[in-house]
Parts: sequence; C-alpha cells; structure tokens
Amino acid sequence: MMMQIVNTLKNENKLHPPLTNNSSEESALTGKDHFEVKVENLQFFYGRKQALFDINIEAQEKGVTALIGPSGCGKTTFLRVLNRMNDLVTDTHLEGRVCIQGRDIYDPATDVVELRKRVGMVFQQPNPFPKSIFDNIAYGPRIHGEKNKNRLSEIVEKSLQGAALWDEVKDRLYDPALSLSGGQQQRLCIARVLAVQPKILLMDEPTSAVDPIATQRIEDLVRELCRDYTIIIVTHNMQQAARISDYTGFFLQGELIEWGETSRIFTRPRDQRTEDYITGRFG
Amino acid sequence: MPAITEKIMKIIFWLSGMAIIFFLAGIMFTLLSNSIPAFEEIGLKPFFTDGVWRPSAFAEPTYSLLNMIMGTFMVTAGALAFAVPVGIAAAAYLSEIASPWEREFFKPIVEILAGIPSVVLGFIGLVVLAPLLAAVFNIPSGINALNGAILVGVMALPTIITLAEDAITAVPGEYRHASLALGATRWQTIWKVTIPAAFSGISAAVMLGMGRAIGETMTVLMVTGNMIARPTSYLDSVRTLSANIAVEIGDVVFNSLHFHALFVVGLVLFMITFIVNLMADILIHRKPEVNR
Amino acid sequence: MNRNKNISSVREWKGAELAGCWLLRFSLILVLFILGFIIYDLVSKGLEVINWEFLSDSPRVGMTEGGILPAIIGTFYVTLITIAFAVPFGVAAAIYLNEYAVQGRITRLVRMALRNLAGVPSIVFGLFGMAVFVKLFGFGPSLIAAGFTLGLLTLPVTVTAAEEALSTVPRSYREGSFALGATRWQVVRTVVLPRAMPGILTGTILGLARAAGETAPILATGAAFFLPYLPDSVFSQFMALPYHLFIMSTQHHDIAAVRPIAYGTALVLVVLVFFLNLVAVVLRRRFRSRAAKGL
Repeated sequence: MMMQIVNTLKNENKLHPPLTNNSSEESALTGKDHFEVKVENLQFFYGRKQALFDINIEAQEKGVTALIGPSGCGKTTFLRVLNRMNDLVTDTHLEGRVCIQGRDIYDPATDVVELRKRVGMVFQQPNPFPKSIFDNIAYGPRIHGEKNKNRLSEIVEKSLQGAALWDEVKDRLYDPALSLSGGQQQRLCIARVLAVQPKILLMDEPTSAVDPIATQRIEDLVRELCRDYTIIIVTHNMQQAARISDYTGFFLQGELIEWGETSRIFTRPRDQRTEDYITGRFG
Repeated sequence: MPAITEKIMKIIFWLSGMAIIFFLAGIMFTLLSNSIPAFEEIGLKPFFTDGVWRPSAFAEPTYSLLNMIMGTFMVTAGALAFAVPVGIAAAAYLSEIASPWEREFFKPIVEILAGIPSVVLGFIGLVVLAPLLAAVFNIPSGINALNGAILVGVMALPTIITLAEDAITAVPGEYRHASLALGATRWQTIWKVTIPAAFSGISAAVMLGMGRAIGETMTVLMVTGNMIARPTSYLDSVRTLSANIAVEIGDVVFNSLHFHALFVVGLVLFMITFIVNLMADILIHRKPEVNR
Repeated sequence: MNRNKNISSVREWKGAELAGCWLLRFSLILVLFILGFIIYDLVSKGLEVINWEFLSDSPRVGMTEGGILPAIIGTFYVTLITIAFAVPFGVAAAIYLNEYAVQGRITRLVRMALRNLAGVPSIVFGLFGMAVFVKLFGFGPSLIAAGFTLGLLTLPVTVTAAEEALSTVPRSYREGSFALGATRWQVVRTVVLPRAMPGILTGTILGLARAAGETAPILATGAAFFLPYLPDSVFSQFMALPYHLFIMSTQHHDIAAVRPIAYGTALVLVVLVFFLNLVAVVLRRRFRSRAAKGL
C-alpha cells in the first residue's frame, strides 16, 4: 500500500512536476498520516563525530517553523539534511527516517534533483551567480529544461513579484545581479528558488548578512510566502523567531530540546534549558 | 535525458583523471618494454662496467653508461654548486628583505628567465660563454662540462628561487618575532630561525632544481661537446645521459640492439629523475619545522 | 599580505648586517644581469637580420640565405595540435580532481603522478613519443606525433592551471546551483566553468609557451632539418623554430656563415615565448581584478 503511494507520487512528479500548489490532492493520496515534513529518530554523523541525536519532528503543511539555538547546535546541519545538501560533504552519514510529503528522501530510489526542486534553499550569505538578474532567476527553469523565452520571462516576472523585488529591478533585468544591494541580492536568491516552484523553503539565517531595513523586508516576505509554502527557517535571533514563526524548535548540542507552537515556547517553555536560552541566560 | 548525460560526463572525467596515472605508467612501461630486448641480449652488467658507449661499433660494440653517468653527475653538481647558494640567497632576499617594489620588479624577471627556451640558452653558451671560457682558461675550446654546468645552473635557478621563496614565505611570522624578541639580530633570525624552519621546502626546491638539471637536454647537448671518453676535469668535454639520447635518437635503426640500448639510457635517466622528484615530493609535504 | 612579516625596512640595517643584505641582493642582481645580457645579446645581433623577408621567406641557398617562415608556421601548427590534445584532457582531469573525485587515496595518487610527469626529462618524452606515436601508432615523424608528445609534456601545466582556476570559484555558487536541483555536470557547465574560463585560458597560453620552446621532444617525432614545402596535413613533417635554431647553431655545414640567421631565429623564438607569457600575465591580472569586483 505504502509503496504504491510512493510510486504514484514519484511518477506524477517525474512526468509532470506540478506547477500549482496541489498538495491537497497529495494529502488525499497519502491519507491522514501525512505530514509535510516528518523526521523519525534521526542521527547524523560527520565522520565518527555525531552531530544530531535522535531528532523527531512532524511539521504541518504551510506556515513557518523556526529553528533556534546557539551556534554549533546542529540547526543548520538539520536544515541541510532536509534537501540532502549534506551529500556534498564527504564522509557524512545518517540513520533514521526523513520523510517529505510522505516520501523517504534517503531511500536509494529518491531522485535528489527532484527533491531539491521541491525543497528550495536560501543561504546565509546571498549567493547570486555572476550573471544578470534575469539569468539568475531563469537559471533553475533552464537547467530543468525550460527553453521557451516567453515562458521564462513569465516565470522571472512572477518569481520576482513573489519575492517582492519586481518593482525595484524590472527596468534593469539584464544588469549584473551582483550590482544589487545585499538585501536585494538575498530577495533575488529567494526569487531564484521560487522560480523552480518548490513546496518547501529552507532558509539558513537569511537575514544575518543584511542590514535591519532589509531584514524587515525579508521578514515581511517570509510571512507573505508562508501562505503558499512550508517554510523552515534557521535563525539565531530569537525575536525574529517570535515575530515570524508559527512553530519553533530549540536545538542544543545536536539535540532537539523542545518543539511546539511559537507562542507557547516563548511563554511557557516546558524544558528548563529552553527557558534559560530564551530568557538570555546563555547562548 | 540529464541522468544519462550526467553518467557519461562522470565517466569521461574519471577517465581523464585516471589517464594521468595511465600516462606516467605508459611512459614507464614503454621505457621498460623497449629496454628488455637489450637486457636479454647483452645483460645488465655491460651497461655498468668500465668502458665507453659505442653501441654502433662494427667490431665490438660496448655499452658502458658509466662515463655518461659521470658526465651527468658533473654537470648537475656544477650547476647546483652555482644555483643553490645563489637561489637560496635570492629567495631569502625576496621574501625577507625586499621592499614591495623590489618584489614587483624581480619576480617577473625570475619568471622570464624560467621561460627562456633551453635551446636559446644553449645557443648563448655556444656563441658567448664558450669563447669566454676558452679565453679565461687559455684552452682551445670552451665547449666543456663547465660551460654546461653554468648554463644548467641558470636553467635551474628560477625553479629553486620560486619554490624556496614559497617555502620561506610560508614560515609563520611568530617564529621571526619570537627570535627578534629574544634579542637576535635580523641577520641571525634569517639564518638561524627562518631558513631552518623552511628547511623541508628549501630542500624540495633544491631537489626539483636538481631534477631539472639532470634531465636538461638541449643546453648540454649544444655546449658540452658530447665526447664519450671519461672526463677528468670540468674543462673536458662530457656527454650526459640526456644528451646521448638526443645525439643518437635521430639516426638509430628502429628495433636494432642500439635502439633498445638507447631505451636503457632513457630508463636509467627516468629512474634517477623519478627518485629525485619523489624525494622532493616527500619533502614538500612535510610540515615546516624548526631544526635545532 | 606577508609584508607585515617583514622584519624591517632595509634602511635600518647597519654594518655587517647591511653587507650581508647586499650579498643577498647581489644574487638577484646577478639573475637580472644574466637575463639582461641574454636579451641584449640576442636583440643587438638578431635585430639587424630580422626584416620582412626573413619572416616571410623560406630558407634558400643551402639555408645560408632567405627566411624562416616554414619554421614559424611549423611551430604554430605543432602548438595548435599540442593545445588540441592537452587542453581538453587537462581541463577534464582538473574537473575530475576538483569537482568529482572524493579527496583521498586516488586523488593523491593522481596528483603524485602529475607532479612526477612534470619532472620527466623532455628527452624521455621524445623517446616515448618516438616509440608510441611514431612507431606503435604508425603516425610516422609528423605534426601529430610531435604535437601529442608535446601535449603530454604540457599536461601538468594545463591541469595545474585549470585546477587552480576551478578552486577560485566560490563554494557558494556551487551550493546555490545544487540547491536549485542542478546535477553535478550542470553545476560545472553553467556555473563553475564559465567563471574559471579566464584562468584556464591563462594556463593554456602558459602551456603553449612552454611547448613552443621545446626541442628535445620533437627531435625524433617530426621536426625536419629542411623542407622545401609547408606541411599540408597532420601527418607531414615540419620545421620548427627551436629545432631550426639548434640546426643553425650546431649542425649546419657552414656555421659561421649562418650565425646571423641563428641569431634572428633565436630572437624570434624568444619574442614569441615572451609574448605568450605576457598575454597570460595580462589575462591573469584582468581576471583577478574582475574576480575582486565580483563580476
């Protein structure tokens, strides 16, 4: 039964990556057991050193989940587990199950390219390619085979609008992306991810390299986007987590200490360590 | 289908990487397999017993490499006697003393010297250095081992300077500061701390310079005279292993005994440079350390 | 960067230390003198021979008169083949080392082989080329046999340069591309290679300069003493500048008479090699300043 569902999903995606957000159909397919992101007993290792211990998370569709914790607590490592970016680091391995939209993404049959299309990532440092603004956004669709110029223009416009950048750059789409300001570059990177129509957005401290005004704009954008996307955001800024997230997870030394609705975590933490952290006693 | 392209490209790149190993192995194999008929026919011993190299003699061909090994040794040793002190001094100056504009000025000069084709240096040796040596030493011709040694030294200089400078520059600044703080003079610091700390790297530079000197062909071919007799001094004409191949490669009969004997020369030359380069490799990958 | 490690400016050096400082400085001045002398000698005696006829005519009257056009053309052709062989191979091997391979025993072995290949004497490449390309593959003494031999010889230069160029491409570009679902080859093709291209070009030109000046590898793989015609296919023999210089300075029957021609040939060869190196240096400068601007 389960295998059949997985296959159905996979075939559907391979033949025709859904352009619109049709996850309601998928929910129907996978039944009531479906979570957008479901992690069970995850252990993660760099060589012999264990970086994540027994992580369990079930994240619902849509909304924003924030991961907080001091530097080196494993929150970025965890984020990179979700789109298998850690595959690029040699000598890493993991145990446990990581399911996204009901599929085990570490199953040998998983197509990593498909996975990364569905699970987009925004990095700490804005990393636009040294190409024009247009080419940056069109990059994803192009590598996935879109050649039609009109459709590419359409995607570029829609993605830039989605990232609230269109009005600022519509007259200079062919300028180098690196001529934009840091905050604009980061929104460009978000637009670049939107252009491949992901379901989930992973953001790794997306505001840590930009100024306060740009931070504000990106936070607004995150709230905007979470109506259509499931967003998981790593931040070291607790106020930011409180401002923008619906759920919060607190990581400490590779363990997920506490997980729950943001309002509750910040008002009635159950674990002493969470309370210590959010009240600023360490970190 | 991107997946197939991906697989094909992966295989292409893997093959290209492996090709490097394959090429080196191919060179070794070619030298060896072409040498074997010579070993079968004349054995190993005649190559290393006293005598001269006269493989095409009609009556009694002889195959001794000793005089050529001697020639190679003389040219290399002479070259290093000149290039090592000058090279290390230049490297020490460039990395420890030179002002920025001096570096900007001298480094390209070293690079340009490295770029001069060896045949051009040989030509200079022939038309300038040879008459000069003849006049200085009052001998009929300046075509001899000394001429070759000087020019090969010039060839090896850029290698030694560049690599030794890298090694000295890589020594952490703290070493120097610690030495100066203990009251050592700058001169003492350079010779007692910095250069000993860069010892591995400098030795590697010398070894690589030596590898170049041993293998250098055109320059020695043009200026050492290529006599097969045993040299007794630097003012004698010598023939090196590399020059010997160059002299005879043009008109050796394919698959003759002489042809295979020539590959024995190549094999010996290859093995010597291989060992020298391997030693340099080991030295270069040792971390810098302070000798006592 | 390492300027701050410098002990002090020379002006503060005194007495015996100052003498020592000058001793070291003298070694560099010696290098300068050697280079200056070589160039002065070549220019002062070579320049008077070089005119349009010298560059555009074939050798005539037993090579005692005429020009060196066939040698220039031959060197041009053989370096073209060298590049056609060494660059694709070199870049592909560099991509393997820098982008595909898991760093470990195998990459260490490849790099060691590369360094040893760089140390193989050029005449040994000549022996190898003669045994394999000329005889075993049956190319005969030809442009292609010599070009392949020189290609092998320059491979370490091109691989090293290409690897250096690849390693300057920031990791964040690769990650950004991977995160959008690009395959490894797509990452390399669309992001890494375009960015590394100027560096690869620089390495290519440096390899070319090296190949253009080499003589020993082409002695028995295709260089000809004298040819009355230009090479018409890759299987033709050819004349080459460095080999021509060798002939004119040691093998000609009337060496004194052709000395001016030898000087002219040497000057043309040196100018060619310098020019190529200069182009490489200028390219590298522009590439670096562009990289610094982040474009």
